[in-house]
Amino acid sequence: MKRNLEELDRIARTLRARTIETSHRTATPHLGSCLSCVDILTALYFQVLNIDPARPSHPDRDRFILSKGHGAPALFQVLAMRGFYPETTLENFGEDGSYFGEHPPTPPHVPGVEAATGSLGHGLSMGIGMALSARILSRSHRVFALLSDGECNEGAVWEAAMFAAAQKLDRLAIVVDFNKWQATDRSENVMALSPLVDKWRAFGWSACEVDGHDLEALIEVLSRVPDDSGRPVAVIASTVKGKGVSFMEDDNNWHYRIPTASEVLSAKNELRVPA
Amino acid sequence: VRNAFADEVTKLACEDQRVVLLSGDIGNNLFEKFKLSSKGRFFNCGVAEANMMGVAAGLALNGLRPIVYTITPFTTTRCLEQIRDDVCYHRAPVMIVGTGAGLSYAELGPTHHSCEDIAIMRSLPGMTVLCPCDSLEIRLMLRQSLLHDGPIYMRIGKKGEPAVHDTAPALKIGQSITVRKGTDVCVLSTGNVMPMVLEAADTLEKEGISVRVESFHTVKPLDTKRLNEVFRRYRIVGAVEEHNQIGGFASAIAEWAMAQEGLLGRLMGFSLADRFLHEIGSQIYARERLGLSAQVLVDGIRRRHNAL
Repeated sequence: MKRNLEELDRIARTLRARTIETSHRTATPHLGSCLSCVDILTALYFQVLNIDPARPSHPDRDRFILSKGHGAPALFQVLAMRGFYPETTLENFGEDGSYFGEHPPTPPHVPGVEAATGSLGHGLSMGIGMALSARILSRSHRVFALLSDGECNEGAVWEAAMFAAAQKLDRLAIVVDFNKWQATDRSENVMALSPLVDKWRAFGWSACEVDGHDLEALIEVLSRVPDDSGRPVAVIASTVKGKGVSFMEDDNNWHYRIPTASEVLSAKNELRVPA
Repeated sequence: VRNAFADEVTKLACEDQRVVLLSGDIGNNLFEKFKLSSKGRFFNCGVAEANMMGVAAGLALNGLRPIVYTITPFTTTRCLEQIRDDVCYHRAPVMIVGTGAGLSYAELGPTHHSCEDIAIMRSLPGMTVLCPCDSLEIRLMLRQSLLHDGPIYMRIGKKGEPAVHDTAPALKIGQSITVRKGTDVCVLSTGNVMPMVLEAADTLEKEGISVRVESFHTVKPLDTKRLNEVFRRYRIVGAVEEHNQIGGFASAIAEWAMAQEGLLGRLMGFSLADRFLHEIGSQIYARERLGLSAQVLVDGIRRRHNAL
């Protein structure tokens, strides 16, 4: 299903608005981290991934793992809009007994969720296992994992990076949501992440940099998986934490802050989404 | 037992195309046959156990049956969060094998000892914990594990351990095996301490104390049917393990006995002292230094028996 960029932009704006609204309604944090990856999720789910929401367990589906599990509030909105479940299902978000919370639950509690994450640095290794299984079972599906830059502090990420490269898993790709912040500081102040693209390249990956809010560029680079390098692909997506709402952009207070009712209205206004 | 493990895994992988073997850069020359007979299903994951465990979970979630193999501390505590989140939380059918468990690697020092793995592994929801006492039990357990739809942890020794069973016992995961019959005392033994338990039973037998011995190879889930029978029949029940006295097999039995009326007092735990052993030595030496030997069993049981 091909959609034009204008339609994808509308989808991304709507997803942002719904995520902000849900954060307000349910007092769910990590809004800044959710907003920075909305365009990446939109490109993947509405254009790149070979998936069928009516058959979420099809063995040949592309796998997507939200390794930065705290982006789940955004992912849940994406899955609903993509048709994995009705949007009304999300009404119980955050309530006692709901599967919709701050992190993705284990499959198959929410259709479309491939792995439960939350503790950082787990998703890539699980994705490698899925990519290896495709090779062993002679299946051609691809595996995508979305990591945060703070997540790249974890040593396990680099164990996984070296192993995937040694196995030449060219049907595996990661996107790093490189918003330059982690929970309490600029990511560069905490760990020497830069030069991040060069690091992934040095670890044996086919690495490139892209504007993580340029849907056309994201689609182009992610659609090239596998590229012709024979290596796993690392897309370092340069993003802005809190993207799309002027008073949230690049303000790390929104890692934990919950928007007020009037802030939700202002945000929707900026996003050109009806109140 | 290491060779028996490698041999049985090699056979199983030929029979079941879902079997994938992951090794943490150990087992030099141990898996050559596996690599030849099951091409593309052996992975040396390097000295990177956290990644190895996550990879195993991913393989299992896509329908395969990964077996993860390395030295016990590295396949348990080194990557505990991956076991908890990626394997157990997802109920992924991964078989985790710890070789050189307990004090098997006494001469390598405490970095290579594992006397807390039973406690830690059995506290994870959904985890099955297996402690085979010899090569035959390992082979039978491996075979049965493929029928089990959830995570399994199996702690095994290294090499050269004596056989306990002359012929293949009727082994079922979760069901204790009676190794020797006896009428006065029952000793429940888990894992590699069985030869020591049998030695103690021989000595006690000569003194006129008749000892029944059970191979309690499954620590989780406990064979509560057998526990009910044994605890109601014997006034002295020993639980023996090469593991820290905190949280292991004896603790598991105590947890069960606590919930029964008047049975806890029949239990005697024989485990290791809660401390690191800084001195190097043989496995038997290390055991003794940490308070476990055939003599300790004999003395303890005799004292309790004579006081009845």
